[in-house]
Amino acid sequence: MEKSHFELVILGAGPAGLTAGLYASRSRIDHILIEKGAPGGQVLTTDWVDNYPGFPDGISGFDLMDKMTAHAKRFDVNIMTKEVASVELSDPAVKRIVFADGSSLTCEALIICTGASPNKLGIPGEAELAGKGVSYCGTCDAPFYRNMHVAVIGGGDTAVEEADYLTRFASKVTIIHRRDELRAIKILQETAFANEKIDYIWNSRVTSIEGDKEVERLQLVDNDGNSSTLEVQGVFILIGITPNNEMLPLDQLKADKWGFIPTDNETLTSIPGVYAAGDIRSKLMRQVVNACGEGANSVVAAEHYLKTRSEQ
Amino acid sequence: MASDKVLQLNDAEFDSAIGSDQPTLVDFWAPWCGPCKAIGPVVEELADEYEGKISIAKMNVDDNPVTPGKFGIRAIPTLILFKGGEVVDQITGAVGKTQLVDLINKAL
Repeated sequence: MEKSHFELVILGAGPAGLTAGLYASRSRIDHILIEKGAPGGQVLTTDWVDNYPGFPDGISGFDLMDKMTAHAKRFDVNIMTKEVASVELSDPAVKRIVFADGSSLTCEALIICTGASPNKLGIPGEAELAGKGVSYCGTCDAPFYRNMHVAVIGGGDTAVEEADYLTRFASKVTIIHRRDELRAIKILQETAFANEKIDYIWNSRVTSIEGDKEVERLQLVDNDGNSSTLEVQGVFILIGITPNNEMLPLDQLKADKWGFIPTDNETLTSIPGVYAAGDIRSKLMRQVVNACGEGANSVVAAEHYLKTRSEQ
Repeated sequence: MASDKVLQLNDAEFDSAIGSDQPTLVDFWAPWCGPCKAIGPVVEELADEYEGKISIAKMNVDDNPVTPGKFGIRAIPTLILFKGGEVVDQITGAVGKTQLVDLINKAL
């Protein structure tokens, strides 16, 4: 029979979860790291990571996560590929993880590293034309837009970075942003402003995406209420992230209004023995570098919790 | 762990592969695509679980430009379910296993 109880369960194998797995296996904690697909998380879709220390020339998001996975495996991290349906935290002594196939397992300590996913706009045409010109991942889909005109919606780091990447394939990239300035970090703005293939439509929102079988045009409205049409063959929606929290008891975890999980400085949530690390955690900055730090921290905190429990 | 039950399709054999009596789920992917990598193990698991009921196949869009063009694929991973050569339904993005099972059930 498969083992169904662990001292520690880690949910999600992005940077936070893989670091937690690395620290848990090196601490010889009885653990399991549960991931629904292949390890890596959102960074897998990042073309180039230039701000993770130790890689002076930068590294692709793909390669970085390959290395993090290999690193955790070198210390025999215990990874299980399974989709979690729900997490039951009513009994403080026994936390239960229920899988989509109906099976379950229990644990004493839990680290939540379920991360986040790209936001959707929720406008007409978006769902209908998804995969037919509507995309949420520039690095995945850019090669399909060779010599075409595409739009990028958003003004943050991801939007600006992906717009620049898209110009390797597209003939023209139009950034549509609801404000009059970008929010992205300055070095990314400088690169984008120097790129002649990128132009901008400021103070505007997209109200619908239109096309017969594929994306043909966007309907826009500016902050003064003036409407316009932009003809494009693709649109990349890069407007921030939404937490992957559908399996979590959000009331018990006192989730914030966006659905992220608040913790104390040691990554402890409102429930004893339950920790949150990485993008799912309520915080100011969501980057690989702090996700890893939080993952490591959460294991040390969980280890302390397990120890004090067993001494009682 | 690569499953030997997943067919690797190319442009030349595509039509005959999806024309068979058994429904076929084709995962259009590319090596540069992170979400494609993420969904890979799930697709292989499905190939094991649905052996004999449905064929599970993968097509590298980098090596095979014709077929993705024919089906208007502009984002990957895209998974298209075929039955008798016709498209039953499709799904784009690194979705969970539950959503893929729901998709497969449309052809069973």
